[in-house]
Amino acid sequence: MNSHASDQHGVRLEVRGLHKSFDGQEVLKGLDFEVKPGEVFTIMGPSGSGKTVLLKHLIGLEQPDGGEILIEGRPISSPEVMDQYRMAMVFQSGALLNSLTVGENVGLYLSEHRLKSPEEIARIVAEKLDVLGLKDAENKMPSDLSGGMIKRVAIARALVIEPQLILYDEPTSELDPLSAVAIAREIVRLRERTHLTSVVVTHDREMAFGVADRIAVINQGRILAIDAPEGLRRDPNPLVQEFLQATFKRQD
Amino acid sequence: MFENIGEMVVLFWRALLAMPAAWRQRQKVFEQFFEIGNASLLMVSILSFFVGGVIALQTAPTLVGHGLASAVGGVVGLAICRELAPVIMSILIAGRIGSAMAAEIGSMRVYQEIDALRTMNINPIQYLVMPRLVAIVVALPLLVIFSILVGWLGGALVCMVNHSIEISFASFLATFQDVVRLRDVFNGVFKSFIFAWVVGVVSCHQGLITRGGPRGIGRSVTKAVVNSIVLIVILDYLLTRVLME
Repeated sequence: MNSHASDQHGVRLEVRGLHKSFDGQEVLKGLDFEVKPGEVFTIMGPSGSGKTVLLKHLIGLEQPDGGEILIEGRPISSPEVMDQYRMAMVFQSGALLNSLTVGENVGLYLSEHRLKSPEEIARIVAEKLDVLGLKDAENKMPSDLSGGMIKRVAIARALVIEPQLILYDEPTSELDPLSAVAIAREIVRLRERTHLTSVVVTHDREMAFGVADRIAVINQGRILAIDAPEGLRRDPNPLVQEFLQATFKRQD
Repeated sequence: MFENIGEMVVLFWRALLAMPAAWRQRQKVFEQFFEIGNASLLMVSILSFFVGGVIALQTAPTLVGHGLASAVGGVVGLAICRELAPVIMSILIAGRIGSAMAAEIGSMRVYQEIDALRTMNINPIQYLVMPRLVAIVVALPLLVIFSILVGWLGGALVCMVNHSIEISFASFLATFQDVVRLRDVFNGVFKSFIFAWVVGVVSCHQGLITRGGPRGIGRSVTKAVVNSIVLIVILDYLLTRVLME
């Protein structure tokens, strides 16, 4: 990491009374929570519970129908907040630009905003790829990569922004257990190195309990519980327990 | 189509506002320009030659039969430069390039690449739409100039070799020069310049509003081509009225 990155610190994120509907169907029904600076905050819940929609609101890709999102106490809707604080999102699919090489994808933010010289960008790209174990992938196209590599490139692309807030949408979905562990390890390492604030949306219970400082369980657009991993295991809400303990047992 | 006209006007305006960044995006503009030229030049040549030939074949025998052989060059020349080259080439480009623009931007939309650009504070209109618009509004008029020349050549050759016409190249050229003015060529090129904006804006807009998976992309491509063609034909009538004044 360069010196700038070591100076990074996470930001405080607050969500107050967040409402969102699509075509008359209410997807988010008044969410309230706070993520502390430098915290790894995990959001779990069944499919269709509104997790990804929530994440898109947190980075400004969706506008809420009601409520507000605050970064360091200032609404995310004001343009200066987006300019002042660096945020990044790792998409579930990776969302790499298929027409660009891995290196071009990773350096895109710097090259498009002309923040560094081409030589400096090349150095930073190589450094970030190296950190994520993708040293030889720089000239490959996204279509040549495995699912795990795509996710790691997406994380490398997010790291180039040197974010103060990073959002992960299902970072371990469709990955084999070894790749999932590698990604989870990287999320924890990043927080330790840069003290950034992380919000992780996942179905993966092992990963959630492994990386999170606190976990929120969301269902049908409402938060059922927010607690530290150990506290959540003892949560009395039956829906929370059902989600956390769901297992398949073969009936012979 | 018409319910989206407002959105397309807004997109057009935003793309105009992004134009000062065209020089910075020159590599992308050049890539798109090369794509349009490279993909279309052979097709434009073949199509223009045969359009010129067929318009000669359709009009010349009747004109010659009525003793109006001296009008053949002018009729063929005017039809090609004022009408056929700009309209047919614009429709060809709508099918070949407009569809590619809608498909590419549409798939970027569906697979969240455009969302990823926005999270990096990269304006998708500046990054994706503006370079394509600049490329098409430069390339299409140039292709139309080329098409006019090839179309005239096709018309002249058919007049020379067809037994029911039999007008020499020199007499075709002489009658052609009496009638066709530079202003007529300019009219056709001007039309194609307007049509290029239409194809570019309609196709990029369809790409940006794509929803769903591969089926959504397919729908956007179809709409981009059909809507472009309908608007080209309607605008052609209106522009012809204006340019005839």
